[in-house]
Amino acid sequence: MYRYDEFDERFVRERVAQFRDQVGRRLDGSLTEDEFKPLRLKNGVYLQLHAYMLRIAVPYGTLSSRQMRQLALIGERYDRGYGHFTTRTNLQFNWPKLRDIPDILDLLADVEMHAIQTSGNCIRNVTADHFAGVAQDEIEDPRPTAELIRQWSSLHPEFDYLPRKFKIAVTGAAHDRAVIKAHDIGLRILRHPDTREIGYEVIVGGGLGRTPMIGKVVREFLPKADLLAYLEAIMRVYNLEGRRDNKYKARVKILVHEIGTEEFSRRVEEEFARLDGPSVNADPAEVARIAAYFAPPAYDALPATSGAFEAAKAGNPDFARWVETNVTPHRQPGYAALTISLKPIGAPPGDATSEQMRLVADLADEFSLSEIRVTHAQNLVLPQVKQADLFAVWRRLGEADLATANVGLITDIIACPGLDYCALATARSIPIAQALAQRFADAGRQKEIGVLNIKISGCINACGHHHVGHIGILGLEKRGIESYQITLGGDATENAAIGEILGPGLAAEDVPDAIERIVSVYLAQRQTGESFIDNVRRIGLAPFKAAFQEVSHAVA
Amino acid sequence: MPLLDRHGAKAEIWTRSESAAIDNLSHALVDWAALPEALAQKTRDQRIGVVIPNTVRIPELKLLMRQLSLIAISFPSFGDGRGFSLARLIRNHGFTGTLRASGPLIVDQFAYAIACGFDEVELPEASAARQPVEQWTRALGQISHGYQRGYGDSGNILDRRRSARLKHAAAS
Repeated sequence: MYRYDEFDERFVRERVAQFRDQVGRRLDGSLTEDEFKPLRLKNGVYLQLHAYMLRIAVPYGTLSSRQMRQLALIGERYDRGYGHFTTRTNLQFNWPKLRDIPDILDLLADVEMHAIQTSGNCIRNVTADHFAGVAQDEIEDPRPTAELIRQWSSLHPEFDYLPRKFKIAVTGAAHDRAVIKAHDIGLRILRHPDTREIGYEVIVGGGLGRTPMIGKVVREFLPKADLLAYLEAIMRVYNLEGRRDNKYKARVKILVHEIGTEEFSRRVEEEFARLDGPSVNADPAEVARIAAYFAPPAYDALPATSGAFEAAKAGNPDFARWVETNVTPHRQPGYAALTISLKPIGAPPGDATSEQMRLVADLADEFSLSEIRVTHAQNLVLPQVKQADLFAVWRRLGEADLATANVGLITDIIACPGLDYCALATARSIPIAQALAQRFADAGRQKEIGVLNIKISGCINACGHHHVGHIGILGLEKRGIESYQITLGGDATENAAIGEILGPGLAAEDVPDAIERIVSVYLAQRQTGESFIDNVRRIGLAPFKAAFQEVSHAVA
Repeated sequence: MPLLDRHGAKAEIWTRSESAAIDNLSHALVDWAALPEALAQKTRDQRIGVVIPNTVRIPELKLLMRQLSLIAISFPSFGDGRGFSLARLIRNHGFTGTLRASGPLIVDQFAYAIACGFDEVELPEASAARQPVEQWTRALGQISHGYQRGYGDSGNILDRRRSARLKHAAAS
């Protein structure tokens, strides 16, 4: 993975000193509270319902074991012994004291980490495919591109006071695991159909929030070398022309929607053509310097399948079931990428204790070349594990309640922090996730239902990605009471789609029954081997609506 | 209103004219709406500056730029970052006169403003009273090198890495 050079190191240290100075200027009255607010947000410091929250960047979801141990330490020393992994692959601490934050930032800088631009109206933490570098369907590793963008977007003089937040995601594989079509900019690495040259498909204007939109292709093929100049052109058009009169209409998706994809693309191309690309772009040697950090590690030459692994599966059905859901094929023979579920039944999705973080770090050192990934589905990945070691890893994970076999299944729920923590929330998310996980806890039943993504947001801002959940749940407040709106048919992959609302909102306690009904329709109507989302696409919403109405009538 | 540049406080040499009446002012600063008329009256020795809203489009401004000695871009609030991009565009289109950011900027934006092509910042009294000049000059040095090429920072990290590589290659 990427390592800081002297320049990166100095940059992050100076940024910490700058934040200390900003806090000082707030305290002595040089800055008003209104002026200080964006400064603290751009350093990841939120004021939540009960306390300050610190959001730490995990760039493109990549962590080393050393970094994970430092997060465990910070959690113990400055928080309540746990942290929360988010859908932007960041880590949030929910209970730090404001006065401790500069010290926490110092500890982060010690392990080449920071909290820069994890909030605020600027370019946020860049995300990527969590199986980058190990996926079988990968054309090129997206991490060098993401790292180049991380550096370029950090304290950008021109684009730090945008109309609204701005999110970029990169994938290098055919199957989209990074939800690129729901980002302000999504980059898909591809080969030019004629020249076979590597470049990017550039997608702009996706996003969730109160006006969900699927991104539009503004450039079918961008040569790799032109990336930064093209991004500069997009950002300049957005910064000048994005709406600033209404924060709910300020994302680039609204601009693209209002002027049309063609006109947006024309303006970007015009600015791009006028720009002096060579003076903006990173030179190829710099791109190569970054890429070298992500070169494939020295793998052992192994047979494609391990006899010990096959024997362990045959001898232990629980292990076999976990492998089925949590283990992903690796491009290197004899290796696997394993996903550690942070969704044990009944626990808040995405939470990990300091002890759990340390265990994951230890396992990464012993079995995964010290590498860890964070996924946008709020799970962790050990990407470089030998098949023959999987059984040992599984047993160790099980001792720490980290071996839940549910990745991609109905209990692998994405949920935002909701009203339990968040100042913006209108309803609770975590208790809904917990109730649903308990309802569908039975392993056999989960397996029977198969792949089904439930995503829950506690307000219209959609941090829980409910629009792109196969089943989405949005918590609202109506006349002082929590009300949950159910959507169906969303998809976060390369077939991205926004879910449709099934009917009137439900009370919290009725949500599990409603989901149960929806699942029953699928189980009754599916064809052999048909997944939930395929079934919804084939039979349409009507049968689900009918079943849903029975629940809403029953409680009305 | 208080004015400062990268070296510190600066004396104002421009006189604001409410209308296009620039009389015999040596340095007349007029509003965007009054600019065509002011330029029509301009004598050979007079210098004209203009205060523009941050919504002005480059095609409207481009043909007039050569007759201007100063362009002041208004920042209606510090959170409205359009002025940074507009400054970049104005510089990219060849304006070599003085570029001024006018509005309630904060110290933490000073380095950004300079990087985007501004020469000076004009502050409302209240902002200046809270944020003494020494905070502004100190803020310029807080981050030694940025990552962006082409923002007037010859010390940017990408170019520094490049020269280190070239030096290394020459030595070996």
